[in-house]
Amino acid sequence: MTSVRKEKYGKINRDKVLGFTWDNKEYFGYEGDSLASALLANDIKIVGRSFKYHRPRGVMSCGVEESGALVTIGSGSKTDPNVRATTQELYSGLNAKGQNAFPNVNFDFGGINNYLSRFFAAGFYYKTFMGLPPFEWGKGTGIWMVFEKIIRKAAGMGKASREPDPDSYEHANDFCDVLVIGSGPAGIAAAQELVNKNLDVILIEQDSLLGGNNLSKKDFDANLLLSKLKSSSVRVMSRTTAFGIYDNTVVGALERVTDHLPNPDVKLPRQRFWTIRAKHIIVASGALERHVTFNNNDVPGTMTVNASKHYLNRYGVLTGKNIVITTNNDSVYQTAIELHQAGAKVTVLESRKKIKLDLSKEIDLHLNSLPFSINGSKKIDSIDVCKATDLSFKNTIICDQVLMSGGWSPIVNLISHRGIKPIWNQENLCFIPGDIKENISVVGSAKGIWNEKDCIESGLVGANEAMNTLGIHKKEISFPSVGGWSNSIEPLFEVKSNKFPSKSFVDFQHDVTAEDVRLAHREGFISVEHLKRYTTLGMANDQGKMGNIIGLSLMAEQLDKTIPEVGTTVFRPPYTPVPIGALTGRNVGKHFRPLRVTPMHQWNIDHGAKMIEVGLYQRPWYYPKKNETLSDSYIRETKIVRKTVGICDVTSLGKIAIQGPDATEFVNRIYTNPFAKLPLGKARYGIMLRDDGIVMDDGTSWRLGENEYFMTTSTAAAAKVMSWLEELLQTRWTDLKVNVTSVSEQWAGAAIAGPKSRNVLNECVFDPSEITNENLPFMGVLETKLKEGTPCRIVRISFSGELAYEMYIESDYANGMMDILWESAQKYDGCLYGLEALGALRVEKGHVTGAELDGRVTIDDAGLGKMASTKKSYIGSAMRKRGVLNADDREILVGFFPINEKETFNAGTIVCEKDNIKGQGVGRITSVTHSPELGHWIGIGFVKGGLEKWKGITLIGADPIRNKQMQIKVVSPHMIDPEGKRMYA
Amino acid sequence: MIRIKCPYCGERDHSEFTYGGDASIKYPELDAPESEWTKAIFFRENIRGIQKETWHHTNGCRLWLEVERSTITHEIKSVKVCHPQIEKITKSKL
Repeated sequence: MTSVRKEKYGKINRDKVLGFTWDNKEYFGYEGDSLASALLANDIKIVGRSFKYHRPRGVMSCGVEESGALVTIGSGSKTDPNVRATTQELYSGLNAKGQNAFPNVNFDFGGINNYLSRFFAAGFYYKTFMGLPPFEWGKGTGIWMVFEKIIRKAAGMGKASREPDPDSYEHANDFCDVLVIGSGPAGIAAAQELVNKNLDVILIEQDSLLGGNNLSKKDFDANLLLSKLKSSSVRVMSRTTAFGIYDNTVVGALERVTDHLPNPDVKLPRQRFWTIRAKHIIVASGALERHVTFNNNDVPGTMTVNASKHYLNRYGVLTGKNIVITTNNDSVYQTAIELHQAGAKVTVLESRKKIKLDLSKEIDLHLNSLPFSINGSKKIDSIDVCKATDLSFKNTIICDQVLMSGGWSPIVNLISHRGIKPIWNQENLCFIPGDIKENISVVGSAKGIWNEKDCIESGLVGANEAMNTLGIHKKEISFPSVGGWSNSIEPLFEVKSNKFPSKSFVDFQHDVTAEDVRLAHREGFISVEHLKRYTTLGMANDQGKMGNIIGLSLMAEQLDKTIPEVGTTVFRPPYTPVPIGALTGRNVGKHFRPLRVTPMHQWNIDHGAKMIEVGLYQRPWYYPKKNETLSDSYIRETKIVRKTVGICDVTSLGKIAIQGPDATEFVNRIYTNPFAKLPLGKARYGIMLRDDGIVMDDGTSWRLGENEYFMTTSTAAAAKVMSWLEELLQTRWTDLKVNVTSVSEQWAGAAIAGPKSRNVLNECVFDPSEITNENLPFMGVLETKLKEGTPCRIVRISFSGELAYEMYIESDYANGMMDILWESAQKYDGCLYGLEALGALRVEKGHVTGAELDGRVTIDDAGLGKMASTKKSYIGSAMRKRGVLNADDREILVGFFPINEKETFNAGTIVCEKDNIKGQGVGRITSVTHSPELGHWIGIGFVKGGLEKWKGITLIGADPIRNKQMQIKVVSPHMIDPEGKRMYA
Repeated sequence: MIRIKCPYCGERDHSEFTYGGDASIKYPELDAPESEWTKAIFFRENIRGIQKETWHHTNGCRLWLEVERSTITHEIKSVKVCHPQIEKITKSKL
């Protein structure tokens, strides 16, 4: 192949010269070039090495179906592998490299695979490395995993960067009346028709220029078309690929914002991921030309016919001097004439015996001729021609390029996404879209309509269908018929070679040959889905855009069936690759998920808190003094709470206001324990179950008025409980007059715990003698005000087992409340304590949290069976004692001590019997802490049969992840002050 | 992306909603025997076709909705508010 730039051809801007680098050498191109066209203009023949055999490959198309020119762009963290050079716009300073080759694509050591290729047929690796001689000793997947690593290195594509992606991406959303996908003649006709009816139309085009296949016409002006559309207020989105159609006419699209710019504005995202919700979609996605499978059909210099027309008329590059075109259809002849006019010598190998066409005498037309084999390895030297009738040798033609056209395949991918099976059209030898019941119309060559006039007409019919959907009018117009060539196409998928080994490629990217397809058939992989997976046909990143139908035809021939009988695999989104970065958008790093902070967040930090994430919440973890470590700090905090007083931010608890005449009845139905007679001004700890009898959550509910309750839930279950209450009220108990409102954000809360907590509170409230044991007994609720007058709520509840209170105030006053509490606590040598100390205090008391109530535990398992009322029915009451939930060997809540008091253990430790350390053991430790009060590590968790069964027996705590085993004993979970004297003090 | 026409908020993406479950289940009375609850909770039809299901407009009006959806095509046939009184109000005022 000798490709050259032609004067007076192309839509490139010759006034703007762009320098770029290919494999570390500098070259020049023009504004408007693609990387592929610039490489061709510089007569660079080899741009890639194939996946398996490392065969040299050149540019084979001019679009997204490209299978040869896959290159790596950029370096370091900006490396972008497997970029199709045909769709990459050229920019100044673009740095591209060949890939899957060492040292480079021109001379590649991996090329030896080509000579060993007879061994590398489909399934070779699996057969060899999964237990055939000499590897029988390694039968099974274990040894495969070892070999796979080595094999992957030899076979593969470009290498991705290991560094974090430095680019930013964005998610964007849009709506429109009609979305038109594709800007070829049919799409443009549809868009213009619809916008004239004042409809909101978005036109999506994957290319940088509008026009679709019109771009391959010499006199077509893409910029004129763009300005026309813009003045008619069509919303044009170029460089945007509609990669998938989803439910309810929603389209996913990827906009390449800066991939074509040398130095993009750092404020711009690299790509935008669009979700577009349309009322009607018009798919004008066009068709792709098929190649022909024959021996050596991949030697650099082979290309689809239409691609060479694009290179000539769009980029001003004549791709060969001595061109052989092989075809079975009429679409190539216009190209042949234009290539001839541009100065090439053109020979056409026509597979049909006769055709009626007016052709220039300069074109050497050979009827009844097929390409048999290409001679040459890094470039084409000549082609052997045979007769179509009996495959007998005819002659050899000296040439530098072979252009192929085996027919056209409408791009039915997007329609396949909707689960619509394409239908085989025997007359035109292609799949066309099946019947669509949704608001989607397919127009133009995507529907198998070949000539431009009919394409435009089909665009108008599509527009009419959209108007029917939108209720503009009701009109039935039928589509122009499929096809449109004057001579009918004849099958030409493969020219069988009698050479062995032959290399007749079906799928270039994955190096799948016609022999591989036949081998799959011989070995019984005859379903298309099996064929695909066994040979990897159509599984490369072009997803079979070039080779799939040829593969199907070969399998059909083997099975002696027709192509529709063999069927086709299902196309799935995305149509072209979508970077993970674009799917992620801005949800990276700290923006991965929302962050929730309490109103005293800054106050906590200002007072020395180290924070920890709990769900979405940031909560104080511990308040280190000077050089204290986490464990120094929480042990000190725990001691101070037990000795004097501590203050802790508990705002993250869920809070729900329950109001209405039936509030009492409602609360009584959802908790296991009785709430019907809860007096005004009292709170109660309650457990709620799921329908199936398993514990859902625990918390307290306070009766604030005759018809008003204030419920707290655990932090983690707040949203779930709120939705659950709403579900019950809106779907099951619609007769109850109750309203629930989430007030989690409206109230800030602090726990005041320790023997001095009452003294602290009295210093904080308006009346310094208000808080007494009588006035505010255990589980009492008081609505009062702080000393400077702000109203607040105080409840006497205890998570730590000490005399303790929780104070709640409107969120805006949170900092003031903390100031007052802290000022007064300091007088009693109190401390601020965080989540770690909170956890230690509750483990010492055997109080359960989310670590214990994990969705498998019943109320009896948690040792709280007494709280399940026998006098009333409630959610879960019918199911909590069913079958397995009532078994004798249920795991019951217990406490754990190490036998050797110096030893520590971790949450997640498996509890086993001494001589039976395996499997799931007899229990598990769920929460652990160091207990300053007891002077050693303690844990709570579950064990089969509970304390009764294991009292006095030494068990083993196994921690296989840390490779640790230790002796432990089972104790009561209530390890400190089991009678609760301190709490009631 | 399924689009759901919330009777209160209008047509929204399904990501605003949370799927609930089978809307055709009649939950037994709280004091009903275990056998009835077992039937309601564990014995469900795996419907191929139009299914009645509940969706919670979690990031919207927080109404629980009854949606008729095809499990084959995801096509939504109808959407109504679960609570009969609220359904009446939304129908008359919207």
